[in-house]
Amino acid sequence: MFIKQISVFIENRHGRLEEFTTLLGENGIDLIALSIADTTNFGILRAIVADNEKALRLVRDHGYTANLTEVLAVAVPDSPGGLAGVLTMLRDGSISIEYLYSFVRRVGKDAIIIFRVDQPEKAAALLQEKGVRLLSQEEIV
Amino acid sequence: MQQPSPHIWNKHVETMDRASLEALQLERLQETVRRVYQNVPVYRERMQAAGVEPGDIRSLKDLRLLPFTQKTDLRDNYPYGLFAAPQEDIVRVHASSGTTGKPIVAGYTQHDLQVWAEVVARCLGCAHVHKNDTVQVSYGYGLFTGGLGLHGGAERIGAKVVPTSAGNTKRQLMLMQDLGTTAIACTPSYALLMGETMRDTGMDLSKLKLRTGMFGAEPWTEGMRDQIQNLLHITALDIYGLTETMGPGVAMECMEGRYGLHIWEDHFIPEILDPATGEPLPDGEMGELCITTITKEGMPTIRYRTHDLTCIIPEPCPCGRTHRRIRRLHGRTDDMLIIRGVNVFPSQVEASIVGIDGIAPRYLLVVDRVNNLDVLEVQVELAPELLADEVRKIEDLSRRVQRSIEQVLGLSVKLRLMEPGSIERSEGKSKHVVDKRKLYD
Repeated sequence: MFIKQISVFIENRHGRLEEFTTLLGENGIDLIALSIADTTNFGILRAIVADNEKALRLVRDHGYTANLTEVLAVAVPDSPGGLAGVLTMLRDGSISIEYLYSFVRRVGKDAIIIFRVDQPEKAAALLQEKGVRLLSQEEIV
Repeated sequence: MQQPSPHIWNKHVETMDRASLEALQLERLQETVRRVYQNVPVYRERMQAAGVEPGDIRSLKDLRLLPFTQKTDLRDNYPYGLFAAPQEDIVRVHASSGTTGKPIVAGYTQHDLQVWAEVVARCLGCAHVHKNDTVQVSYGYGLFTGGLGLHGGAERIGAKVVPTSAGNTKRQLMLMQDLGTTAIACTPSYALLMGETMRDTGMDLSKLKLRTGMFGAEPWTEGMRDQIQNLLHITALDIYGLTETMGPGVAMECMEGRYGLHIWEDHFIPEILDPATGEPLPDGEMGELCITTITKEGMPTIRYRTHDLTCIIPEPCPCGRTHRRIRRLHGRTDDMLIIRGVNVFPSQVEASIVGIDGIAPRYLLVVDRVNNLDVLEVQVELAPELLADEVRKIEDLSRRVQRSIEQVLGLSVKLRLMEPGSIERSEGKSKHVVDKRKLYD
């Protein structure tokens, strides 16, 4: 129901993101989805990768602050109003979104949006009840 | 022999011949040592451990038999443990930064305040400030000794005191012009800020009566002196002191000499020590200033290690004062920083961040001076485990750490969260300070 995302604290300084992605690349870690939330001083990089545990070990060993977060991978119809439909369901269920970002790949005709919400269990149940497909880790990597 | 300067406040004491001055010092030292031995258990126990009794102090040279006092002693005996007078005789307290979360506290009796006003009055004399002058005190008023210390001395000489305290620069300058301020006392960096504000706002210097300034509570250079003098069209003089021994007014540069600060030896005995061994050094050699107060009642300090580096200038001064001078401060023997006049120890930062979830107790203080204002950035490393991946929560953490530090330092800081391991270490020992300011010549 949930998929794992790796979240990494990145200092806002020149070349730091490049260093990070190079580290993943050199260790054969494929970035499947990626989002960065930034502030003046730092950024939080969130990524979906094939081997979360390996990636977490690797980045911590290289001095990054990181953890794994559970998020929902939601299949959203790739048509106008597709995302709005899902957001309406969450709003009606009084679920707040911490953040979301879209996926590079598609599954069939659907776009994939990654959601982090305040009540993940409730959100998952609610969306599934409404016939919205949630993707598993295996399906997306 | 040249006539002593007519500006000397207390000619009898300030020009006293050395033999009489030293006799007075010995008498007062003996009395102080007797008093702390009787009234302060910490001093008594230390002296007993060192095998010294008050009666062993027979000459000024015997001072070196006495154990040192450190800032940590003030912390360990916080708040009143080193007070030598009964609590009912204490009429005021001031406080300064300790090395951890707690400040250090100093207590003053009525007599202490009189002595303080007397030594500050002498300092004002050094700057040729008299009863006809208008003295603007732009040091902070409050627990900090700067404001009230200068205030007491300026009142003592009968000057007109304008207690503006620090801050609100434009209003300060307006009052300076409207009230006809002739002398100002503040930190040198604040003086520079005022000068630049005057220049930038196109203030007409000819409308000011300002003549002289007494600047202290933080180190400054000859370069800064030139800048202040050029911007404000005044003579800028250096004043020294510390809360542990009283506050500002322990020593002061005179207009005539403008080289070194006369330390008022009838109230304070200076020693210069080898910082490593604690052995006294001969006059003229650079070392750590150690001060024994010999008239203080509330909280006398015996051989207090200031950690300020200077040397004694034994040569007579052209002003005619016989009290010896200490050279303008040359640096510190410890890692204390002075930021906007506030003493800051890296260990205070450490004490304020340990135990906060999500961060590691690794930190770096980066101090800079931006437009003549000291800016302190504290970099703190995150723990390897990221507590939350929402920006909002990390910003909350950042604010929490910032508030915790600000509460202990009493100073606003800029906080920067860092990746683990990003703060440089050398030989296992973290480096805690990067000071980009130029404060010492």
